[in-house]
Amino acid sequence: MAEREKLIEIKDLQISFGSGKKKFIAVDHVNFDIYKGETFSLVGESGSGKTTIGRAILRINPTSAGEICFKGQRISGKISKELDKEVIRKCQMIFQDPMASLNERAKVDYIVSEGLINHHLYKDEADREDKVQKALREVGLLPEFASRFPHEFSGGQRQRIGIARALVMEPEFIVADEPISALDVSIRAQVLNLLNRLKKERGLTYLFIAHDLSVVRFISDRIAVIHKGRIVELAEAEELFRHPLHPYTKALLSAVPQPDPEVEKKKKLLVYDPSVHDYSVDKPVWEEILPEHFVYGNQKELDQYRKEIAEADKK
Amino acid sequence: MDDKKYEFLPDDFEFIGDKQNINIDEVAPARPAWKDVIYRFTQNKGAIFGLACIIIIALLAIFVPMISHWKYDAIDTSIANVLPNGTHFFGTDKYGRDLFVRTWQGTRISLIIALVAVVIDIVVGMTYGLISGYFGGLVDSILQRIQEIINSIPTLVVLTILLTVLKPSLYTVILALIFTEWIPMSRITRAQVLKIKEDEFILASRTLGASNIFILFKEILPNIFGQLIIMSMMTIPNAIFYEAYLAFVGLGLTVPQASLGTLINSGFEVFTVYPTQMTIPAIILAVLMLGFNLLGDGLRDALDPTMKEM
Amino acid sequence: MADRERILKIRDLNISFKIEGKKVNAIRGVNLDLYKGETIAIVGESGSGKSVTTKAIMGILAKNGSIESGSIDYTWHDPDTDEKHTVDITKMTEKEIQKEIRGRKIAMVFQDPMTSLDPTMTIGKQIMEPMMYHYGTSKEEAYKKAVELLEEVGITNAEKRMKNYPHQLSGGMRQRVVIAIAVACRPQILICDEPTTALDVTIQAQILDLVRSLQSELHMTVIYITHDLGVVANVADRVAVMYAGQIVEYGLVNEIFYDAWHPYTWALLSALPQLGVKGEELPSIDGTPPNLFNKIKGDAFAPRNKRALAIDFEKEPPFFSISETHKAKTWYLDPRAPKIEQPDAIRRLRERMRERG
Repeated sequence: MAEREKLIEIKDLQISFGSGKKKFIAVDHVNFDIYKGETFSLVGESGSGKTTIGRAILRINPTSAGEICFKGQRISGKISKELDKEVIRKCQMIFQDPMASLNERAKVDYIVSEGLINHHLYKDEADREDKVQKALREVGLLPEFASRFPHEFSGGQRQRIGIARALVMEPEFIVADEPISALDVSIRAQVLNLLNRLKKERGLTYLFIAHDLSVVRFISDRIAVIHKGRIVELAEAEELFRHPLHPYTKALLSAVPQPDPEVEKKKKLLVYDPSVHDYSVDKPVWEEILPEHFVYGNQKELDQYRKEIAEADKK
Repeated sequence: MDDKKYEFLPDDFEFIGDKQNINIDEVAPARPAWKDVIYRFTQNKGAIFGLACIIIIALLAIFVPMISHWKYDAIDTSIANVLPNGTHFFGTDKYGRDLFVRTWQGTRISLIIALVAVVIDIVVGMTYGLISGYFGGLVDSILQRIQEIINSIPTLVVLTILLTVLKPSLYTVILALIFTEWIPMSRITRAQVLKIKEDEFILASRTLGASNIFILFKEILPNIFGQLIIMSMMTIPNAIFYEAYLAFVGLGLTVPQASLGTLINSGFEVFTVYPTQMTIPAIILAVLMLGFNLLGDGLRDALDPTMKEM
Repeated sequence: MADRERILKIRDLNISFKIEGKKVNAIRGVNLDLYKGETIAIVGESGSGKSVTTKAIMGILAKNGSIESGSIDYTWHDPDTDEKHTVDITKMTEKEIQKEIRGRKIAMVFQDPMTSLDPTMTIGKQIMEPMMYHYGTSKEEAYKKAVELLEEVGITNAEKRMKNYPHQLSGGMRQRVVIAIAVACRPQILICDEPTTALDVTIQAQILDLVRSLQSELHMTVIYITHDLGVVANVADRVAVMYAGQIVEYGLVNEIFYDAWHPYTWALLSALPQLGVKGEELPSIDGTPPNLFNKIKGDAFAPRNKRALAIDFEKEPPFFSISETHKAKTWYLDPRAPKIEQPDAIRRLRERMRERG
């Protein structure tokens, strides 16, 4: 583990909106690292802050406290123009809604090369066209689609155009913000396969933002569960499903419907009640309770979790 | 479902699936968006009618004063107040001027005013709204306050001031328009910008390092331009009527210049005796306004149809 | 099964739409039975026709849609006279449907609660309206009932909420209100069109539970339209899989998940990441659904099926019975067809079930 390069480091991050009385803290005391070459998933519901974190890494949202580092360099807050450009080049984003993330009035050719144009990342017109065609082919679209407009394509194809747009910049890190939620079931498989293939071929690192834990299991190396701006549990994917500890994680797991009727019909729904936590005296900490398995809780809760693990392992 | 008896062939139940090429990514045939727009527009009979009216009137306004051998300001009191007949299709006014040529001359003026209104709308109103809406925050607050102040000054006050300083003329009218005309357009533009500002493709552009000007003019503007064109179509009738109203209250053009407004004004004076002198320009004004309204409606429906349900 | 009361009988339903002068055959011969008290899920992707079918039941087809042929027979029991009435909804006039059926006997819950509620009316008013309109309930009576309904759907501080506007409630609460409005007139059939797609996962689970408890309390029959197979596994007694305007397979929920036989159902199940094996590619479906402007020859799914039979391109398959309750429309089940194995995903599901014992 020590040899793995940390591509992104999030240190004690806080993101707030508004000021004074109307100050709203969206994300608080968030700590995690993303290693090069892994798919790190951030799972939470709406309002949990997961999208906010993703956008903050790409410098779309400002941060109010803490640091975000890319390859050891701080990229949050005020940074030099060169570093800003480098972040834009190396860190890209794939958006959720294929119907809203493309400029309807622009040709695909223009949409895909927008990043290249802004940063003059091509030698001449022929070079630019070549890069666009390569990107389109990589996502499984015919190069002649470059002269068409977004409305001529289906949702899955539009999402792939969005991926091509990110890829053409030759990034190292991609934030995928719920990239498959808006797609049909059969198209989701195509896009997931594509993302996995690109990761292997290009050595990409992903931050996958999602709200469906069961989908995320398939694609992730590590998963972090976030609730109301705070990460409550972080573990390697299978480990999280083996030993879900935090009551919110358990509630989330029980809520996700499994495509297995026997399991679903017998399932008992767990509801998360935040009042089970009493943090008045016993303050909570972020603790590594098992190797690479972190959970947020106070000492009393952590002891309880350790007991649960022991019981579960006995079975 | 045909009920013919189907003769099964011996190799009907063989696998042939893998022999086909199913990786063809089908895309809807390339039918440019504007073709759809034109199709929808041409389906709308009202819009076609409106467009036809405007074109006919415009052609008459351009050519009649050019080819008619009666001049619009040729006074000949011997033929004053003649009713419409073979030589003077619309009759003459109290100074003996041929009303046919005067009416179309006046329509020219009205159409020029319409054009000016659109230009002001776009150049001033749209830009104002774009900047105010996109940058938000302090910029937006300041721009909006300025606009509110300007808007709250009664137009009549503005006009009166202008008239004491300048002579009544076409240019004064245009100046009056510049002062107030652009405000509704800037409001609509700002609303449209606010609506799409947070859309994901704008966000995507920012992650790709686009500058603000770039985003404003290459991303936001093309996507709201349709709405804005429609809006300006709707403001044209207002502008034309505004001039007519100014003329009617004596603040517009002066003799011998004609506009639809001055003609209606002059015709009003003798309405009970020679009704045609007012009703004819009034009808043309009405048709013109109706035409632009229908055209605007048609454009709106063509550019932004409600989703056909499936 | 035979003694279950059938309340909806759809036969040979064919619906087409006119788009820019051309005709789209959206529904191509659908047969469906609905039995009292059950929950049936209609599964399909966009363009499969699942929404159109239920809109036809409610009589809310778009203006450019027309029912070419077929019947939708609805049977209900009049509690006062103890008589059974059957009407063919396709033959009813708009006015009749609006007065008798919609909201009163058959109600619908849509996907987006924000657009299903009138943003300018208070919640209370929106719940009271259908009651006052359909049953002539007095305002005071309707108010009381409305408060009761809000409590029934699990909204706390019901009286206070009556005066709220939709935008003052969260997404989950809004959907609860929509459900309250739908069940206000105690309908027989509740149609839920992707009711939880726009909601968070934990809220979704609660809404599904809510519908389930309301269903048993009010003796309703529920039709779910969804593309989420997890939701189907949770709520359905029976499942109908739709593709290109037809039902291609239907059966009990266990039969569909553990023993499906139509290649499209296979493809749907195999493409689920939840049933995928990490590190392996998910079996995805290539190509796109067929263009329904054209007449379709043979099995509509054949062009996308790597293991299609020659006959799939020539003649449309009939329904073959796998059990009394389970039927699939595929030539694979014809005795002349070669032996074909169900895909890995389904075998894994069965194995897991067996392991659980």
